[in-house]
Amino acid sequence: MIHLEGIEKVYRTDAGEVRALDGVSLDVRAGEFIAIMGASGSGKSTMMNIIGLLDDPTAGIYELDGADVSKLDDDTRSRLRGRLFGFVFQSYNLVPRMTAVEQVELPLLYQRRSNRRAMALEALERVGLADRASHHPNQLSGGQQQRVAIARSLVVHPNVILADEPTGALDTRTSEEVMGIFEELAREQQITVVVVTHEQNIADFTNRTVRMRDGVIISDEQRARATAPASTTPVVSEVAR
Amino acid sequence: MSIFDSIRTALRAIAANRLRSGLTALGLVIGVASVIVLIAVGQGAQQGVQDRIRGLGSDLIFVKPAPPTDRTTGARGARDSGITLTAADADAIDSAKVPGVMGVAPQLSFNAQAIALSQNLGVTVIGTTPSYMDVRDAKVAEGDFIGADDVDRRALTLVLGSAVAETLFPDGDAIGQQVRLALGPQGFNFRVIGVMAARGGTGEQDNYVFVPVPSLSSRVQFLRNPRGDISVNQINIRSVPGANQDLIGTAITDILAQRHQVVSPDFTVQSQNDLVGAAAEVSRTLSILLGSIAGISLIVGGIGTMNIMLVSVTERTREIGIRRAVGARGMDVMRQFVTEAIVLSLVGGLIGIGIGVAVAVAIDGRDISGTAMQTAIQTWSIGLAFGVALLVGLVSGSYPAFRASRLDPILALRSE
Repeated sequence: MIHLEGIEKVYRTDAGEVRALDGVSLDVRAGEFIAIMGASGSGKSTMMNIIGLLDDPTAGIYELDGADVSKLDDDTRSRLRGRLFGFVFQSYNLVPRMTAVEQVELPLLYQRRSNRRAMALEALERVGLADRASHHPNQLSGGQQQRVAIARSLVVHPNVILADEPTGALDTRTSEEVMGIFEELAREQQITVVVVTHEQNIADFTNRTVRMRDGVIISDEQRARATAPASTTPVVSEVAR
Repeated sequence: MSIFDSIRTALRAIAANRLRSGLTALGLVIGVASVIVLIAVGQGAQQGVQDRIRGLGSDLIFVKPAPPTDRTTGARGARDSGITLTAADADAIDSAKVPGVMGVAPQLSFNAQAIALSQNLGVTVIGTTPSYMDVRDAKVAEGDFIGADDVDRRALTLVLGSAVAETLFPDGDAIGQQVRLALGPQGFNFRVIGVMAARGGTGEQDNYVFVPVPSLSSRVQFLRNPRGDISVNQINIRSVPGANQDLIGTAITDILAQRHQVVSPDFTVQSQNDLVGAAAEVSRTLSILLGSIAGISLIVGGIGTMNIMLVSVTERTREIGIRRAVGARGMDVMRQFVTEAIVLSLVGGLIGIGIGVAVAVAIDGRDISGTAMQTAIQTWSIGLAFGVALLVGLVSGSYPAFRASRLDPILALRSE
């Protein structure tokens, strides 16, 4: 459903051009659980932003379900972003003055949905936080805040959840909980989950690991779908470059 | 996002930072309140002046002596110091039967000390004729006004203004009593034949004492002009309601010019409309001045609003990024901040109206450094102030909102 072909992203700075992405091609199927790994500056976040329609590529083709979305105007991209994608960030990115249920309602607000409260409570229920609905972020632990953020991402029934270092600020046990939720969403609801991480044990939860360096994909390995990360059988396919 | 949701979101954001929202709105509160108060003061002053002029009676035309000019030195005398008008002039105007004239009353006024049995009071003595009653719309509370034969006989009869009667005869029963009017070394005993009804207003006319115009003039040298005629300070003429006062004025000017045999008139004719017009112009200038000051404070309030909205946008950059990430369009963000500014100025405007009206009502009739304040709250000024406050809110919210809507979502999300 996601099809990237020869995607380039060039930033112009005072020091000259910076090629953040230098010809990236990637196909992601619906319901895939995929990790993107790489050092900082490798272009993984830029690729995430382009996939999530937060940024547009300088060159290349980006098709979503066969439709070219690389050259859409800002309003259309905003609307698609709200309906197709859910974002989860390392720093949770919750609005401080809103309660958990209000955070989750936020995406629905921009879709003019009427039964927002019920949908938001349902999403909170799914991440096991129904009893924390009226708490503010500063009354929640890090793991709980991240689960609120996940509820916010999945309340719109997205096709894709994009998680940028979602466990970066969490301890091991909480990280596993969060990855468990993602795994379940991918498996049971066929939601495509893309996780950017630099921790191998986090990547091990997924079925596919894409490694990047200097704006290009250097490896793309698939594993048979399994519940336990340990029992994986890597299928390495080197990108011809 | 629906309008209802926008307003709710705006209210939440405003409530989340009460102190800052309060300070933002304060500029507009003060602006709106001062517009309402200052315009009420300006209009109150205008009304006060007009009421005072109308309080003199309606449809009046005043003839006054022009200040004398010394032919050799060219020195101009003080206003009202001329002695060119006489009681005979008033009679001439009256007998000319100018169309539209209802009555003519001469008026000689001077200050004297009124002395009763046990009380005394400085008063303004008005020498006039019976027609004064009709011309100046005066009413007698007790007894009678000066009669025609009082004038003919130069009788020493007098009518007291209500305030004079109260001071000189605190127990009432003034009629028939003796009152001595002292002018410098001279003094004359008068018999009280009437007491005027209170006129209110500034109270000035309640301090008058009325005597037949020739009574004192025939006995006191300085109340006559060099030719021995009874000079008067003023001739009051009342026109029929709706009559053209300009035409009447011209006719009177002709009569007097012929009588006085002068090239340039040695008198002035002024209608009440002229006075009202002149006073209205003065107080309109005052209103414009006060209104401008208030307008400036509204604009300053608006700049304060813009300033704080800009700070608010900067502070909430990350929130804007979050909203963009969950599907808000640039327009949604713009609308959110514009709505916030409008709601803020709406609240500020309403509070400003409340305070403005309260202050205007509170100072109405109060003595402020010796001046009785009079305020007249203008509905249009409330509407104007409120409208301008909303406009200022809209304008000062628009630029920050535009900046917010143009933020790059990625950079906004990464901001601290």
